[in-house]
Amino acid sequence: MLVAQLEPLPAALFSLLAIGSLLLSFVMLGSRWLRHYLFAFAAQSWLIAILSAAIGYYGGYPELYIVAVLTAAFRGLLLPYLIFRIIRRMLVHREVSVTLQVSSTIVIGAFAVIFALAVAYRIGSALNLGGTIAVLALTVMLSMKLIGFLMLSVRHEALSQILGLLVLENGVFLGAQILVPGMPLLIEIVILFDLLIVVACFGVLVRYLVAHVGTTSTLELKRLVG
Amino acid sequence: MMTVTGISALLLTLAPALAIVLILLIGKPRAAEAMNLAASAVSLAAILAILVRDDGTATFWGGYVIVDGLGTWAVLCAAIVYFLASLYAVHYMRLLGEEARLPRFYAMFAAFGLSTLVAPLMNNAGLYWIAVELTTLISTFLVAFEREPASIEAAWKYIIVVSAGISLALLGTVLFYWAGTFVIGPTYDMTWKVLHDAAPRLNPQLASLAFLLVLIGYGTKVGLAPMHTWLPDAHSEGPAPVSALLSGALLNTAMVGVVRYLAIADAAGISALARGTLLALGAFSLFVAALFIVRQKGVKRLMAYSSVEHMGVIALGFGFGGSLGVGGALYHMLNHSLNKSAMFFGAGAVMRAYGTKRIPGIRQVLKHFPVLGALWLAGAVAITGAPPFALFLSELAIIRAGLAASHYVLIGLMAVLLIVIFVGFLNQFRIMVFEDGKPCDPDVRAVTPLMIAPMALAIVPLLVMGLWWPQAFWDHFQTIALSLGGSPVSGTAP
Repeated sequence: MLVAQLEPLPAALFSLLAIGSLLLSFVMLGSRWLRHYLFAFAAQSWLIAILSAAIGYYGGYPELYIVAVLTAAFRGLLLPYLIFRIIRRMLVHREVSVTLQVSSTIVIGAFAVIFALAVAYRIGSALNLGGTIAVLALTVMLSMKLIGFLMLSVRHEALSQILGLLVLENGVFLGAQILVPGMPLLIEIVILFDLLIVVACFGVLVRYLVAHVGTTSTLELKRLVG
Repeated sequence: MMTVTGISALLLTLAPALAIVLILLIGKPRAAEAMNLAASAVSLAAILAILVRDDGTATFWGGYVIVDGLGTWAVLCAAIVYFLASLYAVHYMRLLGEEARLPRFYAMFAAFGLSTLVAPLMNNAGLYWIAVELTTLISTFLVAFEREPASIEAAWKYIIVVSAGISLALLGTVLFYWAGTFVIGPTYDMTWKVLHDAAPRLNPQLASLAFLLVLIGYGTKVGLAPMHTWLPDAHSEGPAPVSALLSGALLNTAMVGVVRYLAIADAAGISALARGTLLALGAFSLFVAALFIVRQKGVKRLMAYSSVEHMGVIALGFGFGGSLGVGGALYHMLNHSLNKSAMFFGAGAVMRAYGTKRIPGIRQVLKHFPVLGALWLAGAVAITGAPPFALFLSELAIIRAGLAASHYVLIGLMAVLLIVIFVGFLNQFRIMVFEDGKPCDPDVRAVTPLMIAPMALAIVPLLVMGLWWPQAFWDHFQTIALSLGGSPVSGTAP
């Protein structure tokens, strides 16, 4: 069990990276500019890549270096580049219609983190891991899930929804690295490829949306009800 | 070592894979139809060979693939629907006037069929997740195939809702793995058996959280309410063969995951929470389906809500458990796959002939299309769970399982909702099949014998299986119930 026997220095480093990623998801919540979302997502992916490498180094999992490189390359460079191309082609730069003001969204996000902390705390004490980095990892994992869902429900621009989904998966990815660094490499690699396919799919769909529905705001998608 | 089972499992997947490559290479619509159909026939024959030989549980390719009772049963359902839908697609897809894009459609269709055949046989919880995610990605494009605003809207909602849901299943999978590391050690292969064996020593709180996440995640894909919102859109806006495959093959594929995790939850000693949640989701699905079936205006949306209903029934069956519950639910899987395919085939044909998706625009089906109308009406009677069709037997078995487990309130609720659905669903059919309305002039030539044949191929077995529950099926169900942790029972089919 890696998390139970960490030296103070790596523990502090992991915590810093995890909290940094959580803060970046608040940056996404707090902005209405698509480009800011994208940069925050790319930065978050880089932090996760650094985290993978750090865990690989301190935990003795050399295969995590591969995961780190792939994360940086796919999630840190390729995915943002693909989405950036879509943004440029669509000429949509900011979220026009929001159901909730940015400030209220951030407050809800904060409550989500508190809820996640409560759950993580309970699980942590049930496992006798209270006070270790496991609780923090679980908190960040669950709160990024909740924040991702929040973004999905209050943002209507097609691209914000894609980024919301990616935040959902980033959360799992980050938590999984800390909690279960030994989870078979194969799965992590396939999940990375899987994401690439997801974004490719979305790219095609967004083009369909523009061409046939005439807008990328999902608020206009209300033909199918009942 | 290659046994007959191994070779058949290889054929099962190789045939559609080969078809995809050939279709893309040749690129001719007629050749694509033929190759997809041939591939589906080979797959069906292969899974039948596996089931008939019944070598018991075996793993292949380094333990990543498992051929066991539950998996093969779900694959059988998927293979039957894939075959029937491929047969139906031949003439139906020609009606769409998309000749140039047909090869691409069939390549995607074969890929979708392949993904639903592969996913239930994944032996690793992580790989299973990936396979289920792949089914979504492939089918999104099939839903959007007609490129109308409504289909694109449906595809968008489908991929967003299901991907978000399934990411919860990923979180649950990771938490299960984490729970396992306390028992087994930091690195292990997360096969179903390893998890099941480790389950009694998992931390119950962590296991509960993980199970609930997995249930909500795969439950989204199964179409259990309240996570069903993508289902009516995707099922109603794709071409009819795609709707059949979504409803008859995909939903079962995801249900396999729920059932496998349910067995793990039982072994982990959190049965009360796990089964309680599954039963609640099942009952709520029935409730939502009943509400929307009664006042539905879209003909394929009617079928889609009926899928929500039947997934609810299956969830109740597995939730009640016991040999009757599991047996009934598995029988219901097959029956629903057959029946819903026929219903979607009929709906697609009628929609093309009348040129509308809306129930008010469809009148006097029986007068204009005697054979199609009769089969479609028989299918409607069957799908509401009326005797003498097989769904009656499987629903009865599930109700008996509920009574045996003393869930009297739930059974009462289920009975009332099934009756509401019976009345509501058949009333919609009464309107479409018999009622006079504004005179409409359907295109009689749109419906060909090749579109009616798959309906007959689905309805006739339902009638036979409604009169006689084959003992071989029952024995197979009992092996599955046993492998899921039930007590060994023998006895005869009810």
